[in-house]
Amino acid sequence: MSASDLHDIEFRSVTKRYGDVTAVTDINLAVPKGAFVALLGPSGCGKTTCLRMIGGFEQPSEGDVYIGETRVNDLPAYRRPVNMVFQHYALFPHLDVENNVAYGLRQQRPRIASDEISRRVGAALEMVRLSGFGRRRIHELSGGQQQRVALARAIVNKPKVLLLDEPLAALDRKLRTDMQMELQSLQRDLGITFLLVTHDQEEALSMSDLVCVMSAGRIRQFARPQEVYDRPADLFVADFVGKTNKMTVTAEPGILRLGNGATLPFAGPERGPAVLALRPEAMRIARVGTGDGPLVGHVTHRIFLGSLAEYSVAVAGVGEFLISAERHGLDANDLIEPGEAVSIDYISEAIRLYPA
Amino acid sequence: MAMTLATRKRLVTALLVGPSAAWLSIFLVLPFIAILVFSVGERAPEGGYQAAFTFAQFMNLPARATAFWNTMLLAPVGAILCLLVAYPTAYYLAIRAPTRFRMLLVSLVVVPFWTSLLVRTYAWIFILGARGLPNLLALIGLPDVRLLNTPGAVLLGIVYGYLPLMIMPIYVSLEKLDRRLLEASADLGASPVRSFFNITLPLSLPGVATGVALVTILLLGEYLIPQLLGGGKVFFIGNALVDLFLQSRNWPYGSAIAVTLVSVVVLIITLAMRLAWRFAGTRQVDLV
Repeated sequence: MSASDLHDIEFRSVTKRYGDVTAVTDINLAVPKGAFVALLGPSGCGKTTCLRMIGGFEQPSEGDVYIGETRVNDLPAYRRPVNMVFQHYALFPHLDVENNVAYGLRQQRPRIASDEISRRVGAALEMVRLSGFGRRRIHELSGGQQQRVALARAIVNKPKVLLLDEPLAALDRKLRTDMQMELQSLQRDLGITFLLVTHDQEEALSMSDLVCVMSAGRIRQFARPQEVYDRPADLFVADFVGKTNKMTVTAEPGILRLGNGATLPFAGPERGPAVLALRPEAMRIARVGTGDGPLVGHVTHRIFLGSLAEYSVAVAGVGEFLISAERHGLDANDLIEPGEAVSIDYISEAIRLYPA
Repeated sequence: MAMTLATRKRLVTALLVGPSAAWLSIFLVLPFIAILVFSVGERAPEGGYQAAFTFAQFMNLPARATAFWNTMLLAPVGAILCLLVAYPTAYYLAIRAPTRFRMLLVSLVVVPFWTSLLVRTYAWIFILGARGLPNLLALIGLPDVRLLNTPGAVLLGIVYGYLPLMIMPIYVSLEKLDRRLLEASADLGASPVRSFFNITLPLSLPGVATGVALVTILLLGEYLIPQLLGGGKVFFIGNALVDLFLQSRNWPYGSAIAVTLVSVVVLIITLAMRLAWRFAGTRQVDLV
């Protein structure tokens, strides 16, 4: 079995330049068949450029893009077996819902019989729960409904890969969560490869099988969501995905030396100056006297989140930490007040060290 | 005295609408009422108008049928010819022209307006006249080609003179076309040619309708170009009106013709708007 039997999309050393600006640098990426993959990164990181190179709206300056076994560098967009859900939907305003959805089927040659078209359009509309909306005009629909039409318009063509360009960015939070779940189950039902571009890390982590974190035109990490969160490949990923506490330390045999001279036990092989990263939930605080963590500080700020409380804790000579504490029980005294002195403990396995 | 918000809004509206309303009432509505009254009157013996109530002038309309049909034929044909020339130009300007030069190119379309149409039409007399193009054609063995004072010359002048009025509305509607729709169309498998006919053309129809209506309506009242390039052989209603009001001073008959013309124009606009609405799928189409 060759590699392309396993992959729907492949980037081989792809670079994209716009004049003097390099949008994407030497990207190598293989999207497994049937996977839900998220391209995650801040705006301007090149993720949309990658998506548009697959769709055929941009051509790579160097390297090759493959869809299945076909090199598509010179294949115009309208000949590519992929479909895109555009960020602002790009629905045709002069056509009703039905004709928007049927558009792709009508372009196919040899022609598809019209009763076959209306059957498939009906099925697609049913899939996105818009049955009965076929005759509506686009401007009569809400944002969420337009989103569904855009989705139906793409999936009705049974593309090899569905490209989604920040499809949920314009929806409100509630609708977004609903659509996230719907997209997931849609992907499972259809068995099509989904490639989702997003800058929303929660969206990427919750929906996809694989997350590709990008920054400044390069791939930083391509792994399962849990892997990305638990073992970020570098400081950028650690920072961008989830919340992270960072402190500069010096690794010495058996210990990590902090900026204020305090030391933490450490068993890793690293030596010399480094940056230590710790998730807020991997740290614990307790009132001084009730806990015996290796660091001592005081609470400067508290954000109450119901089941969680997030504390900002200042440690003299080291810096400010964000620590999230789960609340157990209904002890009226469980919340620590700003100003209180606390000791800080942590899960030592959760420590990640990065070169300074 | 304190004004309520509603009062103030009404006042602002009145201030905004007032000047144009006054202008139109004095210089359009009142004259038109006068024309209506004239049209059912009689020609005074010494010329002009004298009060009466008769439809005799309207019965007389067939006498000017040639001018009427010339106008009814050449106005839409001229507009369509304008459209055929203008659409590719507008398309190039809005879609293909490099962004850097776009404004320059668009202003070039308007530049001819800086010179009077009269002067520019006179120029055509020399180009089409015996010492112009026909003279050149004779050199290559095509003697006795007659260009000036033909319907063809009038059409040429019309297309030349009205082209910018057609280009601009089409340019505007193409320019605001969302390019992402074309990407979506390509993404769904439509070739560029199909995308043009499925997306670009339908969405630019409001501009096309505006341009065609604008040019047609103006052409219905055109008299300068047929006068100069048609040499009195290709007569438009506009020429008939000039003749009736200024030469033979038959105001009621001229008024009857004018009233008929206005009625036809209103009918055409109404139909054209209906059509445009249907194609564009929205009622937000402004023809004129």
